[in-house]
Amino acid sequence: MSDLGTVLQQARRSLAIARKDMRIYYIKGPVIIFGVLFPVFLFLSFTIGRQLSIDFMIPGLLGMILFFTATSVSPVVVPWEAQARTLERLMSCPVKIETIIVGDILASFAFGLAISLVPIILGLALGVTISSPLIFALAVILAAFCFASLGTVFSIPPTNVPATANMIAATIRFPVVFISGIFIPLSELPAWAQGIAYISPLTYFTDIARHSIQRQGHLPVAVDLLALIAFTALFLAVAMKLHQRTMPKRI
Amino acid sequence: MNNNIAIQVVNLTKYYGEVLAVDHVSFTVNRGEFFGFLGPNGAGKTTTLRILTGVIKADEGSASILEYKAGSLKAKQVTGVVPEMANPYGDLSAWNNLMLMAELYGIPAGAARERAGSLMQEIGLHPRKDSLVKTYSKGMKQRLILCLALMSDPEVLFLDEPTSGLDVQSARLIKDMLQRLNAKGKTIFLTTHDMDEANQLCARVAIINEGKIVAIDAPEKLRMATRGMHSVEVSFDKMVSAEVLAAIPGVNGVNKLGDKWRLYTTNPGELVVSLINYSSSNGLKIISLNTLAPSLEDAFMALTEKRRKDV
Repeated sequence: MSDLGTVLQQARRSLAIARKDMRIYYIKGPVIIFGVLFPVFLFLSFTIGRQLSIDFMIPGLLGMILFFTATSVSPVVVPWEAQARTLERLMSCPVKIETIIVGDILASFAFGLAISLVPIILGLALGVTISSPLIFALAVILAAFCFASLGTVFSIPPTNVPATANMIAATIRFPVVFISGIFIPLSELPAWAQGIAYISPLTYFTDIARHSIQRQGHLPVAVDLLALIAFTALFLAVAMKLHQRTMPKRI
Repeated sequence: MNNNIAIQVVNLTKYYGEVLAVDHVSFTVNRGEFFGFLGPNGAGKTTTLRILTGVIKADEGSASILEYKAGSLKAKQVTGVVPEMANPYGDLSAWNNLMLMAELYGIPAGAARERAGSLMQEIGLHPRKDSLVKTYSKGMKQRLILCLALMSDPEVLFLDEPTSGLDVQSARLIKDMLQRLNAKGKTIFLTTHDMDEANQLCARVAIINEGKIVAIDAPEKLRMATRGMHSVEVSFDKMVSAEVLAAIPGVNGVNKLGDKWRLYTTNPGELVVSLINYSSSNGLKIISLNTLAPSLEDAFMALTEKRRKDV
């Protein structure tokens, strides 16, 4: 089989793995709690009682939801599979480790994308308008894929306990939310905090969302999009490389 | 490479940290052969199988399946695997587990449905095909795992302790199915520590101990080559002590088995005569008397213990 043929074959198998993940893991308690309920309550606790405009709140809520949901499935699938003793069977099938990881990313990506429609529809219902909807849609898709890829980085340590993977994910997710312009716009952060904000991929998505909804952002949209692409490439490369080493150790 | 070879292993070696789990293991399995891989717990059976099925990588040596490098996509495509202690997806139905497997092996949907239906019929799970697997018993799950391994109609089948801990009916079903598959020409690589199972099913067995192959041969040949492990089983109408029996000329060892004694010897014929003489001179009546050739288990014990002593 040609290289292209192998790529297409493995892509189809990634989709099969993603469909399996959707059927099994979307309804798991920790995914719902950490992926959906947690960001909503966290956001409400920081916004209720403050005089914030809908135009300011919706980009932040969307960024939070997209970040939490897209990183809620991919960190736990591999540990769950190892714990449930389904991973060895999967690894002995004619699929590469990269195929398994891409399948998990696609499942997490689709979950993030689907749930992020809720704040978008809520915003539109409350009168929010989106300038450059195509760029906004592209940013949502790109960010969901970027965050889902980050989720697989969280599952690199070869633990077979999903709670441990969730703990690792939570340890990184919470600080990221606070430094990414969700609650405080980037332009209002001190210079040192802005420096930290730039190492978070969520910063760039939130900035695009503010461009589209508030008509004001901190960085040029092209820079935001390029940064999201660069982070995605970095997370994918790290996940592919390191899962090759750690996945066999889970068996 | 010889076209008749299904599995070729050359100098396969695997370390876990400082521990040498598989120590320069070499063997071949012919196409259509039912090959047993025996060894005590921790001998290196599962590690070898995991290298052959591409789950882990060897540190040294090479292995191939039907001329494809072990672990490559092509090798995996022609193999079916029943891993040790593996589970199907409990949150999916048996049918969806089978369809997932079909997708992962690239089987067209129509052919997959037909194949899944016939496998489920053959293994007796068809009436429960739409039930979630988490509602299955252990035996049903293991039968389903065998079906999953057979979805792609593989040329080579790897099984790691497939009947371990199963009820008699499920174990029998699986063994019957494996025999039918082998009769159809499938190559079967079975790791087990169940000597009876290996003896019933395998045309040839390899015995691995402490990571090294200590013997490869047909079970009968291994049994017969085990010197000093012939035995005579005898029971008397009265109590007899082990010390008295051990003192009879020609007895190398004594084991009590319920109401019988098993006496180990190199010459069972002479021992039978000695036992008859002993019973008549001591006023004992022999209730039963049988001579036994060494079992595969005896051969296994002799080979694995010999190595321990040599070390």
